[in-house]
Amino acid sequence: MAELFRMTADQIASAVRDGEVSAAEVTDAHLARIEEVDGRIHAFLHVAADQARQAARAVDRRRAAGEDLGALAGVPLALKDVFTTKDMPTTCGSAILDGWLPPYDATITRRLREAGLVILGKTNMDEFAMGSSTENSAFGPSHNPWDLGRVPGGSSGGSAAAVAAYEAPLGIGTDTGGSIRQPGAVCGVIGVKPTYGGNSRYGVVAFASSLDTPGPLARTVLDAALLHEVMSGHDPCDATSIDAPVPPVVAAARQADVSGMTIGVVPEFTGEGFQPGVLAKFGEAVELLESLGAKVTEVSCPHFSYALPAYYLIAPSECSSNLARFDAMRYGLRVGDDGTHSAEEVMALTRARGFGAEVKRRIMLGTYALSSGYYDAYYGKAQQVRTLIVRDFQAAFDRVDVLISPSTPTTAFPLGERVDDPMAMYVADLCTIPSDLAGNAALSVPCGLAPEDGLPVGLQIMAPVLADDRMYRVGAAVEAALDARRGHPLLNDARGLA
Amino acid sequence: MPIARDDVAHLARLSRLALAEDELDHLAPQLDEIIAAVARVQEVTAEGIPPTSHAVPLVNVFREDTLVPCLDAETVLSQAPAVERQRFRVPRILAED
Repeated sequence: MAELFRMTADQIASAVRDGEVSAAEVTDAHLARIEEVDGRIHAFLHVAADQARQAARAVDRRRAAGEDLGALAGVPLALKDVFTTKDMPTTCGSAILDGWLPPYDATITRRLREAGLVILGKTNMDEFAMGSSTENSAFGPSHNPWDLGRVPGGSSGGSAAAVAAYEAPLGIGTDTGGSIRQPGAVCGVIGVKPTYGGNSRYGVVAFASSLDTPGPLARTVLDAALLHEVMSGHDPCDATSIDAPVPPVVAAARQADVSGMTIGVVPEFTGEGFQPGVLAKFGEAVELLESLGAKVTEVSCPHFSYALPAYYLIAPSECSSNLARFDAMRYGLRVGDDGTHSAEEVMALTRARGFGAEVKRRIMLGTYALSSGYYDAYYGKAQQVRTLIVRDFQAAFDRVDVLISPSTPTTAFPLGERVDDPMAMYVADLCTIPSDLAGNAALSVPCGLAPEDGLPVGLQIMAPVLADDRMYRVGAAVEAALDARRGHPLLNDARGLA
Repeated sequence: MPIARDDVAHLARLSRLALAEDELDHLAPQLDEIIAAVARVQEVTAEGIPPTSHAVPLVNVFREDTLVPCLDAETVLSQAPAVERQRFRVPRILAED
């Protein structure tokens, strides 16, 4: 058997079911790996070794008792620190929630536990999921396992880095503007934004409620699909949860066949502003898909060019409203409560101390966009653009089964390069934002290394609402063909920890 | 329309953020740049286009009206910054005069 921490989730689950290895041994191997490398990666904000060992032993007892174990029982997982966990702190990467112990589990947390997944700990993120690099975390950035001097992407950068560094075979993130797919792409792993409403937001600390979408990160497309199936499904506690069957993503990942499919290239996402190596690898992926039997055609989506500005009005508007709950009264940080300040002053002092620069920028931007006098010109107009983007997708999916583009305009950028240049940071989500605004499913799968810097490039596959299975079919086909051509998994080439 | 430092100070007050002077100096030009960039949405012709607030619209969502236990007071208050007689203690909300 391979080193335990290098196994895929599917291999681990099957070895645990067959009694070849115990869940406890698997968990210990991953905790040891975290101990060995996380000082350099900083993927985790909190490692829950005791709880993880207990969860693993519970799986081993269930197996010993002859119980049927689920598809991922005994598999360790890295959980983004935006999901509430009643036995682990939940900080959202923010000083305002430092040390907060939530009184309840998120629905997804509960589903993971019930499925026998072993939560290793909580992963680093840009504060309240706002950012593309984890540099907005109050607890310091995470590092990219391909090059420790570069960002792992964000906001789910901790989960992506943990998966890429073999600290966990599976990670969970949230995607509001690209926060799963972009870190997945720049860390060389699979990142999935399921259809909005397919995954419960109950117990996910809110950033932009009409966009926030939990989803999986994994080293293989099949592993991502297995986790997708476990975490998804209707939740009566989330009024935006869709009451429909989970799309057959695991079957699609096993099918891994694109013959007969029609695939659309979005020309708006292949031109100026893209790194040459990203475009080169994207071009090769297009040729590969054709060679695998897909029909590839160009499908213009003219309003996608306006997705970024529309998003940076809609998301901050929702953020300014959602983050009003951090009022220093019921939980979290309180500053200035010394008898000389009013409640309102304490609120303002606490929020000024507890929030970082990016969160402040977005709260104020949203407050501006929602102000009377500006509402129609900004928020109202952005909502109309959102309709036009939904229509672009509908028209495209009348002609093709899926759309493709690069996942990100560039590979991982150096730490510090964009941290005080908000617009440069925002552009990292250029290609991922349309699917958040339209709510459809999208997946990033590695499609090679950019020649100029040797860093991973992601191929984004976008599928219609509730047709998540299609992108798994395409992603798995690309993965299988590239792995066969290369002769080994892409992550073997990551040298950051060498 | 450019956004001035005074406008940003006003936004900070509305947002309940007690920003220091140097923070305002730093954030004001950044907000001006961001607002100029997002104003590009105004180039789009959207006459008669309905707004989308939610990509997957659902209306009148109800769940079963079943009784479930709620969190007990001790659990809820355990994370409060200040507690007094099984209540959240908060700073004064009214002026003294």
